[in-house]
Amino acid sequence: MFLIVAARFLAPDVKRFTIEAPRVAKKRKAGQFVILRLHAHGERIPLTIADSDPDAGTITIIVQGVGKTTKLLNMLEAGDAVLDLVGPLGRPSEIERFGTAVVIGGGVGAAIAYPTAKALREAGNHVIAIVGARSRELVILEDEIRAISDELLITTDDGTYGTMGFVTDQLRGIIESGRRVDYVLAIGPPRMMQAVAEATRARGIRTVVSLNSLMVDGTGMCGGCRILTTGGARFACVDGPEFDAHGVDFDLLVQRNRKYARQEAESLRRFLEHPERDLGLVRESCRLEQQHPEVRCEARPS
Amino acid sequence: MSANAPTPPLSNKERVKIPRQHMPEQDAGLRRSNFEEVNQGLTVLGATTEALRCLQCASPKCMAGCPVGVKVKDFVELIVEGDYLRAAAKIREDNILPAITGRVCPQETQCEGCCILGNKFEPLGIGYLERFVADYERQSGQLGLPDRAPPTGKKVAIVGSGPAGLSAAGDLVRMGHAVTVFEALHEIGGVLIYGIPEFRLPKEIVRREVDVMRAMGVDFQTNVVIGKTVTIDELMADEGYDAVLVATGAGLPKFLGVPGEHLNGVYSANEFLTRVNLMRANEFPEYDEPVFDVRGRDIAVVGGGNTAMDAVRTAARLGAKTSYLIYRRSEAEMPARAEEAKHAKEEGITFLCLTNPVAFLGEEDGFVRSVRCMKMELGEPDASGRRSPRPIPDSEFELPIQMAIIALGTEANPLVQSTTPDLKTTRKGYIAADPETLRTSKKGVFAGGDIVTGGATVILAMGAGRKAAASIADYLNAGTWDQPQGA
Repeated sequence: MFLIVAARFLAPDVKRFTIEAPRVAKKRKAGQFVILRLHAHGERIPLTIADSDPDAGTITIIVQGVGKTTKLLNMLEAGDAVLDLVGPLGRPSEIERFGTAVVIGGGVGAAIAYPTAKALREAGNHVIAIVGARSRELVILEDEIRAISDELLITTDDGTYGTMGFVTDQLRGIIESGRRVDYVLAIGPPRMMQAVAEATRARGIRTVVSLNSLMVDGTGMCGGCRILTTGGARFACVDGPEFDAHGVDFDLLVQRNRKYARQEAESLRRFLEHPERDLGLVRESCRLEQQHPEVRCEARPS
Repeated sequence: MSANAPTPPLSNKERVKIPRQHMPEQDAGLRRSNFEEVNQGLTVLGATTEALRCLQCASPKCMAGCPVGVKVKDFVELIVEGDYLRAAAKIREDNILPAITGRVCPQETQCEGCCILGNKFEPLGIGYLERFVADYERQSGQLGLPDRAPPTGKKVAIVGSGPAGLSAAGDLVRMGHAVTVFEALHEIGGVLIYGIPEFRLPKEIVRREVDVMRAMGVDFQTNVVIGKTVTIDELMADEGYDAVLVATGAGLPKFLGVPGEHLNGVYSANEFLTRVNLMRANEFPEYDEPVFDVRGRDIAVVGGGNTAMDAVRTAARLGAKTSYLIYRRSEAEMPARAEEAKHAKEEGITFLCLTNPVAFLGEEDGFVRSVRCMKMELGEPDASGRRSPRPIPDSEFELPIQMAIIALGTEANPLVQSTTPDLKTTRKGYIAADPETLRTSKKGVFAGGDIVTGGATVILAMGAGRKAAASIADYLNAGTWDQPQGA
C-alpha cells in the first residue's frame, strides 16, 4: 500500500495528492506516469506524475474526477492509502534546448504539462505557457506555471478569466505574429490536441502530444493502449505516452477511448448510489495489507 | 480379501491389465456457463488404482522426460503405500509447484510420452497422480516444507514471478540464499495469474503455492517494474544483490497486421485474458475493470495454441452465442494440447481450420462487425516442419462477429534489455544466454524461460528456472565469471 501524505482540491473535481513512493520518486522524469489500483476490486488507471520529491520519497499526482475510480480517489484524504502504485512508466519527455517552446495545457492537461514545461525551462528554453479551461474556477496551477514560464497566457471558453476562446486561438496568434516557435507540447482532451496538431502542421513546427489511451498493465504486455501513427501501431504505455502530433490518428484514439462508455457509466452510477461501499473497500484492502504484509496484494476482502 | 492378509504384489502382467483411470470432468453443458475447474481430480481409489499401473522400471524413462526431473517412480510408489503427504514432499524436492504442473503440463509429450506402458497400452497418468497428491496435501493443511540450508549471506534478485522465477526462487531459497522476487503487476504468479484461466488453473491454487514459498522464506515484491522502477545495475550496485535472474517471459503480443485490427472489440489474447483472470472483468460491475460484453454475441479467436483455446473457452463462458476458433492450418498441426482441443469442442466451440483472417470490418461507431477470411490449403513443409498454408484464390467469405481475440503468440518485450545496456540480445530481441549455464553477457546476470527461448510452456520455464538456480549457486560459491559461450 502507498500512503497519501497530503491531499487538496485545486478546483472542483480536481485534486492534488502527495503519495509515498520512494522508488518511483527517485527514478521519475518529466512525462512519465504511474498506474494505480485503489482497492482489491479496483481497476488499474494511468496517471501522469506531476512532481516528485526524491528526498521525501513522495510523488505528486493531480486527478480530475471523471469516472468511478478517479471520483473515488478524490474522496481519499491524507492518512488514507492506495493499494497499488507502479512506475515510473512510459518514456520521459525529450528535453532539449529547442529555443522557444510553447507548452499548452487544456483542463487538467495543465497538470500533466507542468513537469515537462519546468524541465524545458531548466534546459534553457524560452517557455510560453498557454493554459486553457472551460471557466475561471477550472484554471489550475496558475501560480506554479507562472513561476516556471517566461510568458503565461490563460484562456477560458466562457471568458470568465484570461482571454475568451480556445488555446489554439492563442497558439495561432503567436505563430501568425511571425514569432519563431521551435517546439510545441500540447496536453489535454484528444480533440484539443488534434486542433493544435493542425495549427502547427503546415509550418512543420515540431509538435508533441501526450496520449491518454486506456491501459491495463502499462508494461507493453497487453496492447490495449495501442494507437495508430503514420509509422504503424504503437503502444502508448512503452512507446509513449508522448508522440509526434503530426503522425497520430486522433480519430482512432477517441474511438478506442469510448470502448467502455456504457460500462463506465454503469460503474459510475452504482458508485454514486453507494460511495461508502468502495471507500470501505479501499480502507479494508489497505488495512489488511498493513496487518498482513506477508499476504500483500493477494488479500481479498470477501 | 481380509484386511490382515497381506496382498501379494501385482505382477507386471496384472498391472498392464488395469485400464488407465479417467479424469472425472465437470459436465460440458454445465461448465460452459461457469469458471469452475473442468477436471475434478482423481479420487483416492482412482489414484491408487492408477498408481498400481506403474511398472516401477529399473531405469525409468519418465524422469528423463521431465524438464525438472521429478522422481516419478518414487512418488508413485508412495501413493501405492498410501503415504500421500510423503509423495507430495517427494515431488516438491524437484518441483516447487506440483498442484500447478499437475494441471497444465503437457505430460503427453514429456513424462507420459516416455512411459514404457505407452508402447502397448495407455501411459501411466503421471499428471493426474501429481495433481492428486498436491491437492491432497493442500486439503490436509499439512505442508512438508523442504529443509533449508543455513544462510549463505548471498542475495539473489529474480525478475518476474512466473513459473521460471518461482521455480528458481524455490531452489535458491532452499540452498540458503536470500531471494527476492520482483513482479510488475499487483499479484504474484505471472502468466499463472494473468494468462491461464480459472477453469484450468484456479487462482486460489496459485496463491497457495506462492504462500508455501513465502513460508520457505522467499521475499516477494509486487508493483516493481525492473528496468523502470529500479534497474538491474541499481539492484547490484545499490541494493546489494550478488546475482540477478531475468525471468520476465516473452510478453509482447503479436498482431496480424491486417486492416481493422484496432477496431473496438478486437483484443490481443494477453489483454483479454488479463482483464478476465487478473482483473476479474467477468465479475463486472462487482469488479471495476470492464471487458466487452459478449452475451448473446458471436466472437472469433484467431490462433491454434493453448492460449487461443484458453481465450475461446473463456469467451464462451462469458456468454458468447457462437465462439469460432479460426486457424490457418489443419487441426493436425494445431500446437494446442489435444485435451484442450477436446474440451473446447465439447463446450461447443466451432473450429474453422484452414482459414485465415484478412481484414476486420467495423460499424460507424468503431466496433467490429465482421471478419473477412480466406480458405487455405496446405503446401510444402516450412521451417517448423509443418506444411505451410497458402490461400485458395477467390475463397473469401465474411463472418459476422462482435468481438475478436488475436492469439498468435508473443515476441520479446524489450523493457529490461533496453535499460540494461551491456545485456546482449539475439536478433529477435530475446536475451542471449548460454544454453548450459544461462549466463548472459553481463557479470552476475542470468536469464531463463520465455525471454530466452520465446513463448513456450510453464514446465519448460520451470526447467529453465531450476537450471538457472543451479548455475547461480555455482557462481555464488565460486565467485568467478568466465565469459559464456552463448552470450
